[in-house]
Amino acid sequence: MVCAKGARFAVFVILIAVALICLSGFALGAEEVAASAVQKSSLPWWAWPLILFVVTFLLGIVAVLGGVGGGVLFVPIIGGFFPFHLDFVRGAGLMVALAGALAAGPGLLKKGLADLRLAFPVALIASSCAIVGAMIGLALPTNVVQTALGATILGIVAIMFMAKKSDYPEVPKADALSTALRINGIYYEATTGQTINWKIHRTPQGLATFIVIGVMAGMFGLGAGWANVPVLNLMMGAPLKVSVATSKFLLSITDTSAAWIYINNGAVLPMIAVPSVIGVMLGSIVGVRILTRTKPSAVRHIVITMLLFAGARALLKGLGIWT
Amino acid sequence: MQQNQTATKEQLTYAALLNKGMKLGLLMLVVSFLLYMSGVLVPHVPVDKLPEYWGLSVHKFLEVSNIHPGWTWVGMISKGDFLNFVGISFLAGVTILCYVRIIPILFGKGDKVFAVIGILEVLVLALAASGLLKTGGH
Repeated sequence: MVCAKGARFAVFVILIAVALICLSGFALGAEEVAASAVQKSSLPWWAWPLILFVVTFLLGIVAVLGGVGGGVLFVPIIGGFFPFHLDFVRGAGLMVALAGALAAGPGLLKKGLADLRLAFPVALIASSCAIVGAMIGLALPTNVVQTALGATILGIVAIMFMAKKSDYPEVPKADALSTALRINGIYYEATTGQTINWKIHRTPQGLATFIVIGVMAGMFGLGAGWANVPVLNLMMGAPLKVSVATSKFLLSITDTSAAWIYINNGAVLPMIAVPSVIGVMLGSIVGVRILTRTKPSAVRHIVITMLLFAGARALLKGLGIWT
Repeated sequence: MQQNQTATKEQLTYAALLNKGMKLGLLMLVVSFLLYMSGVLVPHVPVDKLPEYWGLSVHKFLEVSNIHPGWTWVGMISKGDFLNFVGISFLAGVTILCYVRIIPILFGKGDKVFAVIGILEVLVLALAASGLLKTGGH
């Protein structure tokens, strides 16, 4: 009964979010979104930051319920349906992902779920490559970035559909690199009362994959939890909880380097970034409170549908088909 | 109690500093934005003109609004819009402070490899924050 009420509330929130997003798109007018360099709408200037705040608040709730980061929803949806240039949306998206990771980091580290030894080498590679990605993203033509963003979002949808998760992946033997770096750990699993010992394997392959993940995180301003978790969990063999927590903590480092590139190149506009950060963070707090009363699988399907729609929109917008 | 046993000293130190920095940064962000919205400090770009700018690419925006990228905002901190960069930059800088804080702990434990990784990370983040890396126009 409680669960049904929670699910209904979650669906209600998502429907409001979708309605607001669609309204914002229609309010601007499709022709105005198109080629115009200086975009104008019939709404007063303050309406857009206000709508942005409400939409990001709802996105914050949906992101928690759907088990995704705020950035991955923020960039395609705000980029696709608001009058802001994609440069500023990606800059704000990075700030959203960064603020969320900074807020979650301390608790995850204290509990021993996020692991500093696992994060350090990965972060060094991902953050270096995120700088490269950010510079590429700001240098490429907008339609190219928009098209690549759409394709990436659709790829993320495919990953979310297909990727399996393993609570405790089997790691027969730690590889030489992780052994040399002593990347292993112990965490307390509160649900079972067990202390879990873990180690990893395929470290060189995993680190190499973070080159690509870092570039994409910087290029699209998405955050990268959608890629971090499968690599840490399925490829490198870290337990799921350690992977999720370390991934979240990793974003605070990866997105820091990319965020600086956007800040120093003028691509962080306070009127877009600050309401978004506050909106998503407040929404996340509310989302956590109602998380226990919802059906995660149902919400996750709706989130995937939203991403599918936003990804298709970004792809078609980039290709000039749906402007 | 049992949970804390799994976190190392450097991890707990990092977490404690990150926690304080994150809260301070968010507070700065909210206060500066409220000042910006209240109009107490006149912004460089008038808020009612923003819809003419936010649809432009960043390169075009910088050109028409006569804003120089990088750390020049520090000299324009009295403007309402640029004041926001105090909180934004602080949030983006917290991670660097956390790394700097735990590097001596790692050296103290004899964990030289991770201390060097930490130093390299600080250098990477400092390079990103320096403003030396500029992008071409599009």
